[in-house]
Amino acid sequence: MTAAVQTPFQRIASDFAASKLALLGFAMLVVVIGIALFAPVVSPQNPYDLTQIDVMDSKLGPGEKSMAGQTYWLGTDDQGRDMLSGIFYGLRISLGVGVLSTILALSLGILFGLTAAWFGGRIDALIMRICDIQLSFPAILIALILLAMLGQGVDKIIIALITVQWAYYARTVRGAALVERGKEYVEAARGLGLSSSRILFRHLLPNVLPPLIVVATVQVAHAIALEATLSFLGLGLPITEPSLGLLISNGFQYLMSGKYWISFYPGLALLLTIVAINLVADQLRDVLNPRLQK
Amino acid sequence: MTEYIIRRLLQSSLVLVAMSVLVFAGVYAIGNPIELLVNPMADDAERARVIANLGLDKPLWEQYLTFFKGALTGDLGKSFVFNVPAVGLILQKLPATIELALCAMVIAILFGIPLGLWAGLKPDSIAGKTIMAGSILGFSLPTFWVGLLLIMLFSVQLGWLPSNGRGDTVNVLGFEVSFLTADGLSHLFMPALNLALFKLSLIIRLTRAGTREALLQDYVKFARAKGLRASRVVGVHVLKNIMIPIVTVIGLEFGSVIAFAIVTESIFAWPGTGKLLIDSITSLDRPVIVAYLMIIVTLFIVINLVVDILYSVLDPRVRLGQGAGQGAH
Repeated sequence: MTAAVQTPFQRIASDFAASKLALLGFAMLVVVIGIALFAPVVSPQNPYDLTQIDVMDSKLGPGEKSMAGQTYWLGTDDQGRDMLSGIFYGLRISLGVGVLSTILALSLGILFGLTAAWFGGRIDALIMRICDIQLSFPAILIALILLAMLGQGVDKIIIALITVQWAYYARTVRGAALVERGKEYVEAARGLGLSSSRILFRHLLPNVLPPLIVVATVQVAHAIALEATLSFLGLGLPITEPSLGLLISNGFQYLMSGKYWISFYPGLALLLTIVAINLVADQLRDVLNPRLQK
Repeated sequence: MTEYIIRRLLQSSLVLVAMSVLVFAGVYAIGNPIELLVNPMADDAERARVIANLGLDKPLWEQYLTFFKGALTGDLGKSFVFNVPAVGLILQKLPATIELALCAMVIAILFGIPLGLWAGLKPDSIAGKTIMAGSILGFSLPTFWVGLLLIMLFSVQLGWLPSNGRGDTVNVLGFEVSFLTADGLSHLFMPALNLALFKLSLIIRLTRAGTREALLQDYVKFARAKGLRASRVVGVHVLKNIMIPIVTVIGLEFGSVIAFAIVTESIFAWPGTGKLLIDSITSLDRPVIVAYLMIIVTLFIVINLVVDILYSVLDPRVRLGQGAGQGAH
């Protein structure tokens, strides 16, 4: 018996591919992630290896050649670093910080959201009240307060990004879990005498994951944009970890003298990354929404 | 209603006190302002004198108590850098920020509602699709990068608009404002547009969604069946009903515009509170950071409360106090 039964993954994949725009976004995302993963391989130079850069090459325009005859397609910055390589390495840091902080915030949100939904009562009220209060302030303000206290650093910006994100997940998980809690399969699991943690993580969690995946995808884009903004303000990453935001900030001082490329191209890379993620997330939302399924 | 307001006010004061403890303790942990404030050549006696003068020799809880007592009388401490009351420093910069935020909101509303209506009435037209695509872009573009693009285009390439400062100001009722002078307006335009962009996209989407929903309602069908002109159906029957969520969001978003002004002010060197905050963080001016945060948190609490109350006035179906909580987010 080999009936052509579609697995859930095949169905999601074919639904996803129905939109050309989403496929374009996906392709862009694959390229961006590939560049971020293999930055040292695909970059023309290592912009942070002092033996490979020459201050004599500083602030060259796009397409100009170095003293050694190498072409800088996107120009160079004030230190004589190739912008293209700088962007590739920057993508790595921006994407890494965005994805890592989202995964950690997601885990934390799942933990608190499930706890709130499962135990209810005072625990639920307390957790949700904290979410309410936190969500009534803009993320950028909370991140600024935290970074003002913590100082600069990759670990610190990740802490700040987790803090501003966890409440979204906690709320989404709680809402979905409250619905699932009343369903028969949970009752059956309870009847079997399974432990709370087993029911929560093995039975409930897989059923509340789809809306979370959508929220998390959009949040990666938000986290990347927020990190770039904070780094631009000089409060995010230190100069030793040059994310796209820092590259843009670095070029800002040369903008007025017409040397646009130092800020412009890192910004363009940032924009393309965010658009790609949003396109994918938009389609995922439709594909994973059970109400829209045929 | 009165009971609800009293309960909300009590709850808000609790949040404020909790925030003040968190912020005070947190800000206390940043760096050592003495390194920046005392001449490195100064001897130990001089250092000790400055530390005692700023009250930094006392334990944290004692410093907090002094701060808390002061805060009750509206005194949030003196700036380490400027040696003037921090509240005064912020209030002096606040009109610039409010002016920028209000202008941004006006731009977002004036363009957002008509564009959203258009996209809602003709969702499949080219114009409607373009408006929606534009609003997606408005959401995706990082604010600070758009600011840079504006400077690149209008200041560097075209040389039409100045890229920093407020320009000439006029004194109106004791506040300096820029929007009444030609020079001030030319300074205001780019930062206001930059700050407006995100809210503009939001209002377009809200208006479009509201319009599409309203068009399906019976009262709109009935108004059309009565033979009313299309302009009257849209202007009175549709618009009036979609205004409630829009007004709520505009109210709630005003606070976030002030928060986002921090970024815009830094790019355009607009001398408001946001730039003051960033400068104070860089110079470790703790009292100003704490005072700014306390003032902005208070502002948020007030905005949230006012919006919740307004909401119940606009929409009689909303009953406050029955688990209404914090309202929309």
